[in-house]
Amino acid sequence: MGSVIQSSLGTPNIISIAFFIVFITLTLGITYWAALRTRTTREYYAAGRSITGFQNGLALAGDYMSAASFLGIAGMVSTKGFDGLIYSVGWLVGWPIIMFLIAEPLRNLGKFTFADVLAYRLQQKPIRIAASIGALTTVIFYLIAQMVGAGTLVKLMFGMTFEYAVIGVGIVMIIYVLFGGMLATTWVQIIKAVLLLGGATVIVVLVLSKYGFSPVALFDAAAIKYGDAVLAPGTLITNPWDALSLGLALMFGTAGLPHILMRFYTVPDAKEARKSVFYATGFIGYFYILTSIIGFGAMVLVGREAILAIDKGGNMAAPLLAEAVGGTPFLGFIAAVAFATILAVVAGLTLAGASTLSHDLYVSVIRNGQASEADEVRVAKIATLFLGALAVLLGISFKGQNVAFMVGLAFAVAASGNFPALLLSITWGGFTTAGAVASILVGTVLAVVLIIISPTVWVEVLKNPVALFPLKNPALISMGAAFLVGYLVSLLTHEEDAARKFEEEKLRTYLGVGSE
Amino acid sequence: MHSENMRNLLNSKEFKSLVRQRLWMSISLTIAMLATYFGFIGVLAFNKEILVQKIGEHVTLGIPVGVGVILVAWLLTGIYVVWANNYYDNVVAGMKKKLGES
Repeated sequence: MGSVIQSSLGTPNIISIAFFIVFITLTLGITYWAALRTRTTREYYAAGRSITGFQNGLALAGDYMSAASFLGIAGMVSTKGFDGLIYSVGWLVGWPIIMFLIAEPLRNLGKFTFADVLAYRLQQKPIRIAASIGALTTVIFYLIAQMVGAGTLVKLMFGMTFEYAVIGVGIVMIIYVLFGGMLATTWVQIIKAVLLLGGATVIVVLVLSKYGFSPVALFDAAAIKYGDAVLAPGTLITNPWDALSLGLALMFGTAGLPHILMRFYTVPDAKEARKSVFYATGFIGYFYILTSIIGFGAMVLVGREAILAIDKGGNMAAPLLAEAVGGTPFLGFIAAVAFATILAVVAGLTLAGASTLSHDLYVSVIRNGQASEADEVRVAKIATLFLGALAVLLGISFKGQNVAFMVGLAFAVAASGNFPALLLSITWGGFTTAGAVASILVGTVLAVVLIIISPTVWVEVLKNPVALFPLKNPALISMGAAFLVGYLVSLLTHEEDAARKFEEEKLRTYLGVGSE
Repeated sequence: MHSENMRNLLNSKEFKSLVRQRLWMSISLTIAMLATYFGFIGVLAFNKEILVQKIGEHVTLGIPVGVGVILVAWLLTGIYVVWANNYYDNVVAGMKKKLGES
């Protein structure tokens, strides 16, 4: 043990550059094709509602399967064993919730953003402003985590400077979103999802071929090399309250992520929206099973010592395994796929943020809903440039810092700020504007403040000895408070108009009558 | 749009029962998902010996159960899709037809 394997990781690799150039050329070609078909707001934000359920399932899965989850979960399984599998399961369970509670009413009631659903029966201005605060907070934290991850991963894989990597990702991503809108972003996402699922499948087949295609034989090999403990739960779940709170954030946060919710407007109707969640859940579940096998494969075939020697977080387990089973060319392919993944995810996030700035804030608040199509698209493009530049700046300024908590925070804000108001608005006629605004603000502010004083930031990032708030993820408190405040404030502020519209919108919610 | 037709439909027993059925379906499937996941987490937190049990030479019960939670999540979305495609959509289509005719 302790022998560090020779790896070409971190040096520019001709094959990965070749694959990468093919990917960039193909996606820029698609962007050009999409740009010719992107004029109206319907086309810019929602790909003209031309995406099928199956395609949207792949695109949703693409949005969710980030490079961080591919490399991070494989790394976690390779270094911690079964605990990595437990961790990955948590990321899937939010998908059925989206289908059961949100997808169809969202598609039937809204136009481009989830704030549309709230604004359908509540007062435009206050609700759009509040919903934008929730949406932008979620998107920006998610974006920072992705950008910093992008710089770090590209540096590890290609040996490129962090700043250049972040700027490069920023420029390509802005081109996709700026010119190709949702149509280009969706197809980039679909291609990347197919490449990622295909690449991961090939790694798994190559690994299992060494074990007579028996996963059990692979698990046995892992247990023989590192002890039976790698196949048993370890220290991931020690405090049940922490596990419950994180579980709630993952489960209900997924249903409050603006870039995920926005995808439901790209399909023609509620039936396709429903089908797309079924496909997405299948693809993501399959992906997590693959990632776990890749983790165990890396544990046995690469070895924990070699993985941890290259990166303390274990993030290079999957690329190292690809090299071990498929040689340098295959490493090149997987590295290019990981880079493509980063690009696609940040493009989706940027578009979601831009639609909030333009559709929710500029058109509905600043212009009182009076803006021409061309004007709205123009502002959405300016917002894209602004957010893209902001993402690059934030990515660079958070260089070298521990930003892993930001994804957890994004989920906590989504579960606390966005999800309760969305669910109450769809299901409860007594919900009022004041209740919704209070719920969104309390949920968002509480999630952010509590995570700052939690062990995750207060102790691990700010290096204080004791946390002021005990839970690592605040969702249990912040989501609970958002529901409670939304309910109580609505009881205190009767809103005749909102209650009447709730009755009227039922035909649209349940039958899709009048949906756009 | 015939607003009187819409009002009649909104107040009809048929429509109210459809809304109730969908709510029932949504809530029971959500509870099934919550119970599956938090059941899994609960066993891990309070009684993980169950999942440490060996079912093969080295493989623990935890591995198939973990993969099982992923499969259950997908299966539940499948149940909903089958119900909605075969039952819900038909009722909706019938109601829309009525709305258009009269």
